[in-house]
Amino acid sequence: METVVIRSLEPLIAELRARGFAVVAPTTRDKVIRMGEIASESELPRGCGDEQEPGRYRLREGDDEMLFGFAASPDSAKRYTQPPSRTLFRMRGESIEEPEAEVPRVALLGVRACDLAALAVQDRVFLGGRHPDPDYRRRREALFLVAVNCAVPGGTCFCVSMGTGPKATAGYDLALTELAGPHRFVAEPGSACGAEILGALPRVPAANADLDAAEEVSRTAAEHMGRRVDTEGIKERVAGAHDSPRWQQVASRCLTCANCTMVCPTCFCTTVEDSTDLTEGAAERIERWDSCFTLGFTEVGGAPVRGSGAARYRQWLTHKFSTWFDQFGTSGCVGCGRCITWCPVGIDVTEELANLP
Amino acid sequence: MGAPRRSSRRSSASGPGGARPRLAVWKFASCDGCQLTLLDCEEELLSVAARVEIAYFLEASSAPGPGPYDLSLVEGSITTPDDLERIRHVRRVSRRLVTIGACATAGGIQALRDFADVREFLSVVYARPDYIATLDRSTPISAHVPVDFELRGCPIDRRQLLEVVSAFLAGRRPVVPPNSVCVECKARGNACVMVAHGTPCLGPVTQAGCGALCPAFNRGCYGCFGPMESPNVRALNRQLRELGMSTPELVRVYRTFNAAEEPFRQAAEDADPELLDHETAPEKAPEKAPGKAPGEDRGGRR
Ligand code: SF4
Ligand code: SF4
Ligand code: SF4
Ligand code: SF4
Repeated sequence: METVVIRSLEPLIAELRARGFAVVAPTTRDKVIRMGEIASESELPRGCGDEQEPGRYRLREGDDEMLFGFAASPDSAKRYTQPPSRTLFRMRGESIEEPEAEVPRVALLGVRACDLAALAVQDRVFLGGRHPDPDYRRRREALFLVAVNCAVPGGTCFCVSMGTGPKATAGYDLALTELAGPHRFVAEPGSACGAEILGALPRVPAANADLDAAEEVSRTAAEHMGRRVDTEGIKERVAGAHDSPRWQQVASRCLTCANCTMVCPTCFCTTVEDSTDLTEGAAERIERWDSCFTLGFTEVGGAPVRGSGAARYRQWLTHKFSTWFDQFGTSGCVGCGRCITWCPVGIDVTEELANLP
Repeated sequence: MGAPRRSSRRSSASGPGGARPRLAVWKFASCDGCQLTLLDCEEELLSVAARVEIAYFLEASSAPGPGPYDLSLVEGSITTPDDLERIRHVRRVSRRLVTIGACATAGGIQALRDFADVREFLSVVYARPDYIATLDRSTPISAHVPVDFELRGCPIDRRQLLEVVSAFLAGRRPVVPPNSVCVECKARGNACVMVAHGTPCLGPVTQAGCGALCPAFNRGCYGCFGPMESPNVRALNRQLRELGMSTPELVRVYRTFNAAEEPFRQAAEDADPELLDHETAPEKAPEKAPGKAPGEDRGGRR
């Protein structure tokens, strides 16, 4: 199907809901753009923008008509593909039950190019190996992805360096580019399901002027990246910096709080916890998000292998930009900037990379 | 729901010799809030009572049962000469001793006396200070007797208390992660109040357990659960100053329920190095009881 222009998102939202999807889109909550379920276009953060810098986020409330005038929010798709905790099994006496959680069909409206790249990375992690994760697969397959091409990158974004954005090129069901004057969206299907849904909406064919304007949005966005990383030989450079004194310096600032890994859309580490009920014979095992910044992560025989903050920071940066290639054949970083913005002390991976020998 | 699978594994966990394990709850200098958490476990309390014999629990009944006890939960800090005697008795009659709450684990809010002259307080507050038998310092239980597990919080968290009791009954290690509050905060789906609002938060240096309650309501963390496993208080202090906190404000946030915990003590001193000069407190924290090397306590809390 051709690229088309739609004037409003209302019919799209209604169509998705009619097909049984919960529509999850940017909203404002506690002065932050958050992903939340919506029923109507009027719940989108009209006129809002964001200021993002290391360790600092501020919402700007404006009065223009744009609905997506901000960059990546703290919420990536990870929460939907890999929830913060899930039950692996329950045991009572002699029987073990592995509950299959109900997986709601979710339409994520407003995912960014970096988020799509992160989903592709997660797919390799969870589905690419010898033991694909069926829970992840079910959640992943329940997603309908409506990408919105970034117009206003954040101060911590560097998707251009990582080759993942700002324009969505693959992995979506529908991709939108928001245009002003008059307010409209250039919409392009990326899957059969996306084409079918688009076919059900009021639309007009995209004129050359619309396509040019959409290209211009992505071109301008690419020129306004908040940050950049020199990726030339990065895998070897980071691996070679194992004994650099730089790790000590960053460790003096790092809180080992794990926020960076929690917000990162590709970090996938978990731990399992067993609990026993006070009723005799009942037990449960859950899996929950963990991080290489916790001491328990490398605990062997009662003591952590990576005890120092320096060793833990080095693990995070080295995994993202070096050993991830060995493990999954790709970078572990997609340049979304979340770890920079949401680090409470504003430690910046791009700066740390630049400072390595 | 998937079809239940059969397994040949047997369940374990029953009291020695089939008898119900005997539980005691003891109180030292404290506000009773942590003991009340046990009473607050209304639903679960019935199954607790079915699984254990609640042999000594002043808050719920006035009949102290005779020892020995399989599990003693101890609330409160040691502040009087009498306490010193009593805690030794408690240890003698308890197979396992678990402290509950900031008072028993860190000395509590009353450990603020450690930074001042107690005799001075006494003369101001009491008409006959000579009637008052009190120690100069408020110390955690572990400064006097070996402790099997320390449960943190002011007050403790209900779920964590049930976890600790269940774990001891099942003979396994309690799952009480010593990582930062931030881990729970992100799992809960809060946006960080420090980053998004510039609100000072102790979450990054504080142990998880509360479920990131305060940030969920747009407040910064108050540090009720004490220092996390690897707190970098200097780095946090620099950021809190950036957010506009003054030296006295910084000292105040660390000098609350866990003021005497070494990393929080150091945090206050890092904020105001002059504290070191004009305070009457002994320079060092009390030695932990024998059997516990410094630094080992973190592991013991896992
Ligand atoms: S490492 Fe940072 S910038 Fe890269 S994908 Fe993760 S959160 Fe985004
Ligand atoms: S950086 Fe750390 S938390 Fe993230 S995937 Fe790697 S080891 Fe796991
Ligand atoms: S880099 Fe920042 S977010 Fe990550 S652990 Fe260190 S202080 Fe926390
Ligand atoms: S609000 Fe506090 S506890 Fe939550 S992530 Fe931020 S610093 Fe950590």
